[in-house]
Amino acid sequence: MSLTLDDVKRIAHLARIEVDAKEAAQVLGQLSGIFALIGEMQAVDTDGVEPMSHAQDLMLRLREDAVTEVDQHTAFQAIAPQVEADLYLVPKVIE
Amino acid sequence: MKWEVVIGLETHAQLSTRSKIFSGSSTAFGASPNSQASAVDIALPGVLPVLNKGAVERAIRFGLAVGAKIAPRSIFARKNYFYPDLPKGYQISQYELPVVQGGSLSVMVGDKEKTVRLTRAHLEEDAGKSLHEDFQGMSGIDLNRAGTPLLEIVTEPDMASAEEAVAYAKALHALVQWIGICDGNMQEGSFRCDANVSVRRPGEPLGTRCEIKNLNSFNFMEKAIQYEVRRQIELIEDGGKVVQETRLYDPDKDETRSMRSKEDAMDYRYFPDPDLLPLAITPAWIEQVRVNMYELPRERKKRYMDEFGLSAYDASILISDLDISNCFEGLLTKGPLDVNRNYANPKLSANWVIGQVARKRNDDDSSKAEFWILSATLGQLLKRIVDGTISEKIAKELFDVFWNEDKASGLCRGPEAVDQIIAANGLTQISDSGEIEKIVDTVLAANAQQVADYKSGKEKAFNSLVGQVMKATKGKANPAQVNDLLKKKLAG
Amino acid sequence: MLNYTIRQLTAELAAKRVSSVEVAEFFLKRINTLGKALNAFISVDEEKTLAAAAAADRLIAAGKAGPLTGVPVAHKDIFCANGWKTTCGSKMLANFIAPYDAHVIEQFNAAGSVIAGKTNMDEFAMGSSNETSFFGPVRNPWNTETVPGGSSGGSAAAVAARLTPVATGTDTGGSIRQPAALTGICGLKPTYGVVSRYGMIAFASSLDQAGPFAKTAEDLALMLNAMAGFDARDSTSLQREGEDYTRDLVKPLAGLRVGLPREFFAEGMAPDVAKAIDEAIAQYKKLGCEMVEVSLPNMKLSVPVYYVLAPAEASSNLSRFDGVRYGHRAPEYSDLIDMYNKSRAQGFGAEVKRRILIGTYVLSHGYYDAYYIKAQKLRRLIAQDFTEAFKQCDVILGPTSPGTAFKIGEKSGDPVQMYLSDIYTIAVNLAGLPGMSLPCGFDSAKLPVGLQLIGNYFGEAKMLNVAHQYQLATDWHQRMPQGS
Repeated sequence: MSLTLDDVKRIAHLARIEVDAKEAAQVLGQLSGIFALIGEMQAVDTDGVEPMSHAQDLMLRLREDAVTEVDQHTAFQAIAPQVEADLYLVPKVIE
Repeated sequence: MKWEVVIGLETHAQLSTRSKIFSGSSTAFGASPNSQASAVDIALPGVLPVLNKGAVERAIRFGLAVGAKIAPRSIFARKNYFYPDLPKGYQISQYELPVVQGGSLSVMVGDKEKTVRLTRAHLEEDAGKSLHEDFQGMSGIDLNRAGTPLLEIVTEPDMASAEEAVAYAKALHALVQWIGICDGNMQEGSFRCDANVSVRRPGEPLGTRCEIKNLNSFNFMEKAIQYEVRRQIELIEDGGKVVQETRLYDPDKDETRSMRSKEDAMDYRYFPDPDLLPLAITPAWIEQVRVNMYELPRERKKRYMDEFGLSAYDASILISDLDISNCFEGLLTKGPLDVNRNYANPKLSANWVIGQVARKRNDDDSSKAEFWILSATLGQLLKRIVDGTISEKIAKELFDVFWNEDKASGLCRGPEAVDQIIAANGLTQISDSGEIEKIVDTVLAANAQQVADYKSGKEKAFNSLVGQVMKATKGKANPAQVNDLLKKKLAG
Repeated sequence: MLNYTIRQLTAELAAKRVSSVEVAEFFLKRINTLGKALNAFISVDEEKTLAAAAAADRLIAAGKAGPLTGVPVAHKDIFCANGWKTTCGSKMLANFIAPYDAHVIEQFNAAGSVIAGKTNMDEFAMGSSNETSFFGPVRNPWNTETVPGGSSGGSAAAVAARLTPVATGTDTGGSIRQPAALTGICGLKPTYGVVSRYGMIAFASSLDQAGPFAKTAEDLALMLNAMAGFDARDSTSLQREGEDYTRDLVKPLAGLRVGLPREFFAEGMAPDVAKAIDEAIAQYKKLGCEMVEVSLPNMKLSVPVYYVLAPAEASSNLSRFDGVRYGHRAPEYSDLIDMYNKSRAQGFGAEVKRRILIGTYVLSHGYYDAYYIKAQKLRRLIAQDFTEAFKQCDVILGPTSPGTAFKIGEKSGDPVQMYLSDIYTIAVNLAGLPGMSLPCGFDSAKLPVGLQLIGNYFGEAKMLNVAHQYQLATDWHQRMPQGS
């Protein structure tokens, strides 16, 4: 599996990172090197091995259903790029 | 050319927890913007999710209610996509191992029973809301709803018409309220359905489906599906092809249209959320939830049919929602006794609940269906029918009086009010045969033509004569006695 | 003052020979002079620091001082600290004032210690040299032409240059141990789940773990006493009995089985590093330890596995930086998607973008099984290797890094070379084990060499015992860079 320029454009779009044509070529070169390294994984047979998501084999701890938070929107919105009427503003959302 | 319609539904039911699924923010509806959006809900850097036990408990209740497998181990996954109402850039959901697996829901479509299989139900978090009013040409984002727990309930493509889809959705809507996991408020978005619709010619494989969103009432759902079915059939018949896409129902235009925001082929890059460990549900926990649940609708339905001999149709109306069913249950203990059984008279009770209570409630054109008669009061009314104090006709009038007046006053009167009103208005049934005979004689004398008609074989004339007698007694005459007397006199 | 350990410093404070404010002023002066030259700090706030020191003095006066009261602690700029700029080394958060405290910060505040400042780091902790910071590279105090390692390079350089007695860091693939090694100090990554991740800006959630930097193993133990502990806000935080990590420091090592993984010593180590490690082994033998050869056959795959799993998690963790609620928003854009694309393209540096793209790719449709699931399976094999090894030994020993500090710019053009420099540290994160680095010598260029110890799960106290006993017998940990 070798990476193509189209792959780079596709994943850059999925990741919402603008990459211009020149950068894309550069990124392709670097990623290809990294994927060559990653490709070493395929040498080991892992049939029947259970994938490991967490360091500890534990089950989830649950929270009681209780309201513990208070309104902090003033503090939180003090660091927001653009706010009006207590709302976060973004370029028009089109559905 | 004949077409088959294939419909599957995905329903998002907001779970009625006090706090959000992964944070301690309130889930109350209608708060001022972003006042219920905590650090976790707005996804500040460094914050982490902690799962709400109440949300899991509600998922277990649902699983039990639909006879599903409740997974002893289920996994939370991240569904990655960018949208301004999704603060983390991913939604925490369940993908490969959902908490509720399989199950089914039996619904009545007309007078036929239909079983809709469920694929799964999984826990996930709701997104915030984009407000499209103009703010300097921009959209405003309110994250109060972000993180509200949802149970997404997915069916197999088992429905073949808009009617079936609506019947299923209504049954599900009643069920989630019955088991107390969702308030069912469709106006506030607590219960939202998306429909996957495709058409095919009989015997052919499944056609390409479109997902229709924004079906926030049963009425819209019916219209949207009907429109979409027509659209797809016309498209194919005109030589076109259905494109798999997400479509939005526009109730003003009564049409569905393609959603621009969902245009690019979504690649959600699901993977297990490393911030959350596997969710374990033990048999002991399931049992604990089970013992604290109401008897389920399907269990009640079976009991009504098996023990009381009610028809499937009647039984299904009686379990169509918890209030109706509880009214019936109340009559079984507080209503008139059935002399042949140990129970209260179940058939009379069932007829009244179906014919009067359910009807009355449906007529009440309010979003929040309310109940304006106590089952003890209704039970007393039925007792007075059974013991012959009042006629059924008077009882129905009294029922309307109770309902309307108590609704107006906001206070339901107790069973003692029944006898008071009967006495105060002189509504007691006339069962004195001498008194009835006098009236019958008067009526017969005054309606010679009908008497002649009856004697010449026109059965209808008899009913007219009964009506005349009842009218003359203001409905108070015992109808059985009136019938007997009339027949005797006319024969004589 | 310069070389005081925590116990020496708190003894001085308790005896009122010095006040916490004086201590803070002393270190702030160094931070503002030498610290600037090293570019070790991103944020310094004298007012806040001195106010905290004054509060510590009141605690001391009231007789309520704990083991860390009045001690300056520099925090990696990955920990949210209420009212402090918390940048994570990124332009994305260059103006982000954290509105809450991370659990680690709360713990130190509760202990009465004093925030000395927020230290420089590789952007979003992605790097092994501290060159990816938006705020410029950190310089290694042993040779300012070289890197201090990364990603917690600022914290490591700060402790090495005596700008602060102790510091915090985070370690996802070696980001505490490798800079500790390259700057000649001690650093410890605890067992995954021992320190809450709440308020620590996530890089790779299943691997990230916070830990301390200090000059000595004993100081690490005191720091860990404050940092460790259950936190209900982190679902991966472990519910365990509290422990005193200093409890085993004085135990003699006679009879201790030290595992030497064959794969660590096979190839790749610089000769000077190999020599220093050999001398450390000899020292441990003198202390009565028994050397056992063990094998970690899948360790060689830890780098490729890590560069699938960590970027995958990171690509998702960093999606919240979208210019909507906080952080950088592009000044100009045409529509919503363009706003996202430009804000993220401008806000993230090259290495962060590279890893987001790798992660996006390995999770994307059609590649998930071949990359992500494959890597998770190998992760289990790597973890199982350690389980097997620990059947034969009590602690594992080896190098922390294949080489010593390299020149700034030397590897920054070649990501693969940079990634391979974490070969000895990454497997520990994948397994979730505790690991630490302590100084064990110098190379011919007088740059420090780090010795890595790896413990079994919850083996921190044992590991610290092994390190402390070594430090009683050697003086590498007392060396400090010239000019400091």
